[in-house]
Amino acid sequence: MSAPKLELAAEDGARAPSPAEIANASLALSEITVSYGEKPAVFSVDAALPRESMVAIIGPNGAGKSTLLKAALGIVPRLSGSVRVFGQEIERARDRVAYVPQRASVDWDFPTRVIDVVLMGLYRELGLLRFVRKTHRERARACLERVGMADFAERQIGQLSGGQQQRVFLARALAQDADLYLLDEPFAGVDAATEKAIIDVLHTLKAARKTVVCVHHDLATVVDYFDHVLLINVRKIAEGPTATTFTSDNLQATYGGRLASTHIDQLKLSS
Amino acid sequence: MDAFLQLSLAPILIGVLSAIACALPGNFLILRRQALIGDAISHVVLPGIVVAFLATGVIAALPMLVGAAGAALVAVVLIETIKRVGRIEPGAAMGVVFTAMFAGGVLLLEQTDTSAVHLDVEHALMGNLESLIWFDAAGWGSLVDPAALAGLPPELPRIAVVAAVIALLTFVFWRPLKLSTFDEGFAATVGVPTRTIGLALVAASAVAAVAAFDAVGSIIVIAMFICPPAAARLMTNRLEAQVGWSIVFATVSAILGYVFAGYGPLWFGAQNAVSAAGMIAAVSGAILAVACVAAPHRRRIGAAQGQG
Repeated sequence: MSAPKLELAAEDGARAPSPAEIANASLALSEITVSYGEKPAVFSVDAALPRESMVAIIGPNGAGKSTLLKAALGIVPRLSGSVRVFGQEIERARDRVAYVPQRASVDWDFPTRVIDVVLMGLYRELGLLRFVRKTHRERARACLERVGMADFAERQIGQLSGGQQQRVFLARALAQDADLYLLDEPFAGVDAATEKAIIDVLHTLKAARKTVVCVHHDLATVVDYFDHVLLINVRKIAEGPTATTFTSDNLQATYGGRLASTHIDQLKLSS
Repeated sequence: MDAFLQLSLAPILIGVLSAIACALPGNFLILRRQALIGDAISHVVLPGIVVAFLATGVIAALPMLVGAAGAALVAVVLIETIKRVGRIEPGAAMGVVFTAMFAGGVLLLEQTDTSAVHLDVEHALMGNLESLIWFDAAGWGSLVDPAALAGLPPELPRIAVVAAVIALLTFVFWRPLKLSTFDEGFAATVGVPTRTIGLALVAASAVAAVAAFDAVGSIIVIAMFICPPAAARLMTNRLEAQVGWSIVFATVSAILGYVFAGYGPLWFGAQNAVSAAGMIAAVSGAILAVACVAAPHRRRIGAAQGQG
């Protein structure tokens, strides 16, 4: 089904990262392949995402963006490939990684309060039976403060709007105090104020020398928000600094002609 | 009073402990939208228990559990086979296998001579609470008399151990259980073995179903898994409180159900008592019905998510 052009583009980008690149990368993926049925959802994707950057993973619906993130984290099994986080096995680097799933992936009717969701970010510290102390609660509250949700700490999570849910998820990730933040569509279906609040927090993370990786669907904001892009459509199409990689040609290759050229013209593209 | 100790104390305790042992995992099954797993388990378990009895000649906890586990394994293999060979959708494959295995268990039970023990079709379907009598009780002193305590029906210590172990596991693994029930993907990224937790929850439910088999049989046990936690969910918006309420409702259902079954018909002038297990399930259903109408947090449960 794929055009020859796409094959060519994939081969251009397909070069497994070298050991030095893996060691220096925040997130290094080598030949990641994931399959839910007979057709692969992600095929042999390589990437070496730089440290202290804001990375967007971009591609059309069904391109395997979320799947790639989940496979990197070990949430879905991969058929092949390896993952390194700051040069380490992901299992050894769990304390350095925070994951924000898609908001719609959980049941917001679950009987719990906002503050309890944020405290889940402290699971690795609290373990099975350690008591939740005042300092833990204060830290969780401070994270809610950073996303502008401090007043909602005692609310039941079912009372939140979509944007508020997204902020609570971000607060939980902040509570993890990680070095690498992986977010799955953090701006999907949120109001403008929430989008602004979230991007501000993400930029403070970058300023604090953290790495932020977002599965992102809004091409119009890519140039403003991110300094590095990974374009995929099952296979990797291209990866590199936004300034040189977020080009019309790469987008056409990624979206396989599904993107109207008028649409592309409106984007702030790197030439 | 002796009559109460002899006739009613052990059945009530067994009923209460069975209800609690099922309600605890039931809370999580409901939140995971797996409520019917309890039903499936109770169906599949029956032939396993019967075969275990045929093989060993006794009704004891360990063979029953082994038999039930074996039956569950057979069920999984059968479901997979039917799905692949027959190309039938998973729900249909499960429905066929569970019902067929349950029917097989009933047939097996009918054809075998189990007259020496308390194992017959009626017992298997509806439980056997009324016959779990403590003959050795002679006044309250018996409660501290080792000789008299030794005469307690063996079902009581068995369900007590099961209920205690399930309660302990729920307490110790509370955080990973809650975390993986709410957000399985996130739980995996912080190192929770989500698959193991999910399997352990189903296994604990199976153990509870087998242990509660004595008290309420294999059909009515589903009410114990679902009704108390579902009613509890409507009482509160916090999981901790929900589990607490579910224990309260399970206890109340068991006690009231037993009392109504034993004495209720007499109040209405009828001669015979009715099935205690049936009445326990009916009371738990009534509690759920009342909670649906009057509980403070009547949000949807088991409904698809989705709000703005």
